[in-house]
Amino acid sequence: MLAPAIERTRDTRTAVPVLEARGLTLDYATERGPVRAVDTVDFTIAEGERLVLLGPSGCGKSSILKAAAGFLTPTAGTIGLRGRPIKGPGPDRIVVFQEFDQLLPWKTVLDNVAFPLVVARRKKKGEAREIAADALRRVGLERVLNSYPHTLSGGMKQRAAIARALAASPDVLLMDEPFAALDALTRLQMQRDLMDIARETGLTLLFVTHDIDEAVLIGTRLHLLSLHPGRTITTLDVSAFDIRDLGSAAFETVSRKVHATLFGDAGAQR
Amino acid sequence: MTDIPVHSAEIGAAGPRHWRDGVRRVSRTLWFRRLLVLVLLALGWELAARWQNNPILLPSFLEAFAAFRAASLNEGLLAAAGASLTVLLKGYVAAIVIATIIVSIAAANSFVRDALQTVAAMLNPLPAIALLPLALLWFGLGEASLLFVLINAVVWPFALAALQGFEGVPETHRLVGRNYGLTGAAYVRQILIPSALPAIISGMRVGWAFAWRTLIAAELVFGVSSSSGGLGWFIFRARNELYTDRVFAGLATVILIGLLVEAVAFRGLESATVRRWGMLR
Repeated sequence: MLAPAIERTRDTRTAVPVLEARGLTLDYATERGPVRAVDTVDFTIAEGERLVLLGPSGCGKSSILKAAAGFLTPTAGTIGLRGRPIKGPGPDRIVVFQEFDQLLPWKTVLDNVAFPLVVARRKKKGEAREIAADALRRVGLERVLNSYPHTLSGGMKQRAAIARALAASPDVLLMDEPFAALDALTRLQMQRDLMDIARETGLTLLFVTHDIDEAVLIGTRLHLLSLHPGRTITTLDVSAFDIRDLGSAAFETVSRKVHATLFGDAGAQR
Repeated sequence: MTDIPVHSAEIGAAGPRHWRDGVRRVSRTLWFRRLLVLVLLALGWELAARWQNNPILLPSFLEAFAAFRAASLNEGLLAAAGASLTVLLKGYVAAIVIATIIVSIAAANSFVRDALQTVAAMLNPLPAIALLPLALLWFGLGEASLLFVLINAVVWPFALAALQGFEGVPETHRLVGRNYGLTGAAYVRQILIPSALPAIISGMRVGWAFAWRTLIAAELVFGVSSSSGGLGWFIFRARNELYTDRVFAGLATVILIGLLVEAVAFRGLESATVRRWGMLR
């Protein structure tokens, strides 16, 4: 089991959490009736915290993110943003998806990033473009502002999607395995850059992944989920770990422990 | 030591190679290939006509071309083409607007969608021209009847193509649009229509071809009533008077207008939108 030292201690930094789930239960309608995806899950994300939902495929982590985005209504329990229950999708929770086609192909990279500002934040097109250009510069895409998405590599598309989310300055950023479709080198670089951005902007993040190293690296806190339906196994604080710790003994110990918790002790000998 | 001769040999070869590359590049362009096909067809036609040697049955390409020129200048071929195109555009635009409204409702309402699919499946195999007798009964000899069959020829295939396009919009595009809080008409306009544009344009293209051939067929039956008569009527009249070269001139006009709209309007629309966006290769 996990050492008590890394067991999660209750966060007391801010009073009202940005995102809070209480007894969250989610069902999926299938042809053979509803299937439970997530069963009574609780979590809170405070301002500036990065919560990672971690578990094998089918543990309902993406469903939780969909509920936070407002695409999925809870069967039971609540999920709320700054104390108000989430009723539907909205630009205060921008999602970065795993799919490369999340950039709209009929808009240039710049306009893709400016788009949510125009439709959701009611900004003038010129102003929106300036903010968009700033966000794109921050993720290192200043050379492709006026290109169409189909000319970009997968990594650049995900960068643009992150820039789009940052530019909209949402209350919480929702990322659904954003790096899963990237090659290993690009993924590492993207993780590094995301951490830099997190340090600079102090963003609040709900991040879904099945990659343990990525989870330990990105999160300040991990929320481990079991399979069919997704139930909370445990949560633990990993805010001490940084990109520099990748491969260090302490880092390895934690990720091995997480692995053992998720898959049983047999998996610990990897 | 060997550098210098090799170098000069390369310079010597550079000229013709450039020239050959240029020819190869031109020969790969669409307009060049189309032109080549047209020239080959004209050549084949001319040879066949000369061998047949019966201008009533098959005038030669050059005779038909001369008739085309004469007819354009003083037999009212251009006016006939103009009359046909005016009716065609009216019917086409009306049909696209009607279909867009139906499809937008169908995209939001599953009953309307099923109803549209059923009706379209019923009416699609029916040649629109088969409705002409009914149209004549209901609307009389005149433009209204032509418009009725025209709209019928365009609405169903276009609506089906557009609906298919809407249904093929990737889930991610939908989620992105909803994530920004887009709903209703703004969602349709900003997400669904651009995302479905490849299918919509292809539907417009099919609709255009259907409209054109339906109109010409309808005019063959009664071009006389609309004041100047359309291209179909021009062809019909020329055949009655055994001006076979003019029949060919009329047919060539139908084909040329069809090709021109395809190559300029639709191709242009595609390269300005879906090809530029990488949604179509």
